[in-house]
Amino acid sequence: MSPLSPITAPEAERRAQAAAQEPRRGSRLLLDPVLTLTVLALGICSVAVLGWVTSEAVPGQPHYYSERQIVYLAIGLIGMVVLARIDYARLRHYKVAIYTALILSLLAVLGAGSSANGSVRAISFPLFSFQGSEIGKVLLIAALAALVVDRSRQLHERETTARVMLAALLPTMIVIAQPDLGSGLVYVAIALTLLFVAGVPWSNLAGLLALGGAAIALVLVAAPAVGVQVLKPYEVERFTAFLHPTDNPEHKAAYKASYQQLESTIAIGSGQRTGSGANSTQIKGEFVPEDSTDFVFAAVGERYGFVGAALVLSLYALLIWRTLRILTLAKDLFGALVAGGVVAMLMFQVFVNVGVAVDIMPVTGVTLPLMSYGGSSVIATLLAVGLLQSIYVRARAAEALKGRVPR
Amino acid sequence: MSTRGALEHVGTPEPRTPPVSSQLGLRVAVLGGIALVMFGIIFFRLWYLQILTGEQYVQQAAENTLRHVPIAAPRGQIVDREGNVLVTSKVTNAVQLVPWELPPAGPRRRALYRRLGRQLEMSPRTIRELEEKGAKEVPYAPVTIKTAAGRGALTVLAERQNEFPGVRQEEVSVRRYPDGEMAAQVFGYVSLITKEEEEPRSPQHANFRGVLAGTIVGQQGLEYQYDRYLRGVPGAQRIEVNSEGHAQPPKLPATKPRPGYTLRLTLDLQLQKEGEIALRKGMELAHGLGHPGNGGAFVAMVPGTGEILAMGSYPSFNPNDFTKPLTEQELKALDEEGQGAKVGQPEPVPLLDRATEGAYPTGSTFKPITAIASLEAGVLDPSTPMGAGSCITVGAEEFCNSGKNDYGALPLVEALKVSSDTYFFEVGELDNSHGPVIQHMAHELGIGRPTGIDLPGEREGTLPSPKWLEGRDALEAKCTREHHGNPCGIVAEPDEQWTVGHNMDLAVGQGDLQTDPLQMAVAYSTLANAFMNNGEGWVPTPHLGMAIESPSGGIMQTLSYPPRRRIKFNPANVDLVMEGIHDATFETGGTSADVWSGWNQEKLPVYGKTGTAERPPYVEQAWYMCILPDASRPIVIAVTVEQGGFGDQAAAPVARLIAAKWFSQPLKLVSGSSADK
Repeated sequence: MSPLSPITAPEAERRAQAAAQEPRRGSRLLLDPVLTLTVLALGICSVAVLGWVTSEAVPGQPHYYSERQIVYLAIGLIGMVVLARIDYARLRHYKVAIYTALILSLLAVLGAGSSANGSVRAISFPLFSFQGSEIGKVLLIAALAALVVDRSRQLHERETTARVMLAALLPTMIVIAQPDLGSGLVYVAIALTLLFVAGVPWSNLAGLLALGGAAIALVLVAAPAVGVQVLKPYEVERFTAFLHPTDNPEHKAAYKASYQQLESTIAIGSGQRTGSGANSTQIKGEFVPEDSTDFVFAAVGERYGFVGAALVLSLYALLIWRTLRILTLAKDLFGALVAGGVVAMLMFQVFVNVGVAVDIMPVTGVTLPLMSYGGSSVIATLLAVGLLQSIYVRARAAEALKGRVPR
Repeated sequence: MSTRGALEHVGTPEPRTPPVSSQLGLRVAVLGGIALVMFGIIFFRLWYLQILTGEQYVQQAAENTLRHVPIAAPRGQIVDREGNVLVTSKVTNAVQLVPWELPPAGPRRRALYRRLGRQLEMSPRTIRELEEKGAKEVPYAPVTIKTAAGRGALTVLAERQNEFPGVRQEEVSVRRYPDGEMAAQVFGYVSLITKEEEEPRSPQHANFRGVLAGTIVGQQGLEYQYDRYLRGVPGAQRIEVNSEGHAQPPKLPATKPRPGYTLRLTLDLQLQKEGEIALRKGMELAHGLGHPGNGGAFVAMVPGTGEILAMGSYPSFNPNDFTKPLTEQELKALDEEGQGAKVGQPEPVPLLDRATEGAYPTGSTFKPITAIASLEAGVLDPSTPMGAGSCITVGAEEFCNSGKNDYGALPLVEALKVSSDTYFFEVGELDNSHGPVIQHMAHELGIGRPTGIDLPGEREGTLPSPKWLEGRDALEAKCTREHHGNPCGIVAEPDEQWTVGHNMDLAVGQGDLQTDPLQMAVAYSTLANAFMNNGEGWVPTPHLGMAIESPSGGIMQTLSYPPRRRIKFNPANVDLVMEGIHDATFETGGTSADVWSGWNQEKLPVYGKTGTAERPPYVEQAWYMCILPDASRPIVIAVTVEQGGFGDQAAAPVARLIAAKWFSQPLKLVSGSSADK
């Protein structure tokens, strides 16, 4: 199954004999086939779409972006296979180190990063740029899950909820300061979902939501009124643009957001049932900005139509269903929580990204996992999938010991 | 979103791990439910967008008339091996017409063109033609009608803006060739990409893939060859176009262009300049002797690596002429310049790079190739004296020495020194009975085949052989069939049979041989490499590109041109040939000994061969090839002067000047007086 684990002939023979003697145990799986195939299928879709979208982005090098994406996918898949072989439970012991690494990498990006589209999100290295907030999602999931497990006997206490939320809010604030509001919202979604899956009382969750509502009101209304700008004006404008689309170019961000979403819907709509195929004009005419990253779904919609968009969405549905399934199979709370965090990350990013592309949500700037161009996002997502694989493999092994093989 | 598994799992906590919450199943169900609802909403929205109202969006997409108007990126610089600027982009002021601000076509626009024409000293018709041409090339983009307009005109335009609606001043980047005609064929020139070049089937398309209409691209030379690095990435301005097709003022800010990369060459600016001066001096020497001397070329390269240090061709043109906005007529006039001349005719063709695209016989500079070929094939005994008398008679044909000199019977080294034609006629006769001896070696050395230089349009040339005669006839026969029996003129007299005379002509670099200074420089470089490495020779790939650098100077990519092939020689044979052409520059009676008089042969030994190629009905073409195998700065120099007379009269003095510049020796112009052929 995995090219990284070469099986020598004698060992293969021994395994075959063992399998023959114990037919009910079956051979040990190294990866969850459903999850692996789903991820591979999304990767192939990504390369196909990006190859088309970016064929003219670098003159003379039509495969510039698609080749890079293939490399990122390959690195991510190797990372996934490696993580699958490691017992995720060990991560619990390194929770302080993980959390420290998370904060430090985010601060390093904030301090030394380069400016992309006016915000500091990545440190540029010669061959790639390191976008700390993406890999931070995976680190945050592991750290928060470990924290919750430590307090699993005090889950009902309000202090547990408070501690988890505070631990999550620190990196969230740094990321929002970069400013990368999209990733910040993903962090919040991860924290809330972890608490939810852990079984924190409904009353605590309701309280949190109320607090969150108050915080949003404070940030959007009260703070600007007294002259404190928590969010960048353009982030606020994007929200208002969603509610009141504008064609007044003086509100630059709002205008741009309205424009992006209008062009995105035109591109998707014009794809109709089976897509405009080679006759596509909107993406190729560069009407849709960011068509290889945040608006890659618009490219899918125009080129491959409802059929293509539905196929991609179905793959995500399969991915999310499988993640939820692994959540329920997990042999311990830590595994369940990690799977819960990954579910939150995937669901939030898929729904918000696609929601933005089809103009039912305001522009926030999150990537479509595995589809959008970008090494940090692709690799972080595949590492998260690697954690799921590890949880699945160990759950299966544990069940096998008891003579039950989960599927 | 199945949750059944979850419910089954509830209540079976694992030993030694914290228990899974009893509410887990319910909560997972809630998560699944959220996912289900969200997927439902998105599916419904997609259904609505693409299926229910898709038709309407197709309409909108068709009407979406935002245009992408490119903003030109400044082209990258071309610098020499030391970083001296050879070609650059200068920012200059341009007067542009902005389509979305111009008055509608009609009397008002005509009046504007008249007012504008008075200020810019242009005829209103020219302005209209430029505007129409620009609109055709890149619709809705601003059109440059004049660059580097006088300050007075610019001030008037700026002060009385309301009188000139749609006229603006913009800084544009213009290609500059500071040294004008220097190495013009090597650099090439730039102009707007043409409709033909955008055609996917055109041969240039691969070079210009992804280039937008209205982009300035390289035409010919290095500008063409390295265009993908030099051109940069244009920025873009979005322009909305309304239903009447009239452009609206842009609403979004433009994206900035990325300047092109810098191309570092192997050329040495100082040596290049000296080479150009020296070539002109060589032609003046020819004029002094009453020869037309109306064209020529030189190549100086490092034999081991193939790095070209200097390369030039005369007559030349000024590539700066191509950067001004030209009407179609002006462009045509420039395009036709020199194109009336047929190849082989003596008219100057400035656009022709005679160093890589010339097609000449080489005269005696070919003899070292004949010599090494015959020695390596074991056909020739170098110590046997041959070539007695002033003429050789084979059948009814007579082959004579230049001026009917009689050198007597000589061994190889002596024959090379005095350039005895009769000796090499006899060698050619001898070789012919052993098959294509000369052809085989000449082909290995790169004569009559592409050298692989990083320039477009390199000519293959012709290396005459029995096979070539047959192939030529077959080509003619095929062409004649395709033209329904009308002869195509590829071959004047079909069914020509290979004779010993053909081989004798080839042995002295005459007959149907067609090559150019670059191929000869490559062949001599191979010989030099074998000489300096104990018989281990290699054919270098001549090249001009050294590295691609970012505009700020960091190296992006080092260009690598590995040798074409390796050839193993018997070191004794190489030494014999080299001895012969060294004596030619050094000993009394040597063909170019006069030219090198006073040269420090102790420190910088010269191995050189003159050539005087007959090209009736024209005056002889002067050639000179030399190798200076200095350990630290080895160089091979090739010089040719069309209708320049004897090789030592017009060509060798040029080579000496180039060598003197390279080794910082006194620049002395010495013309020879031997009667070599």
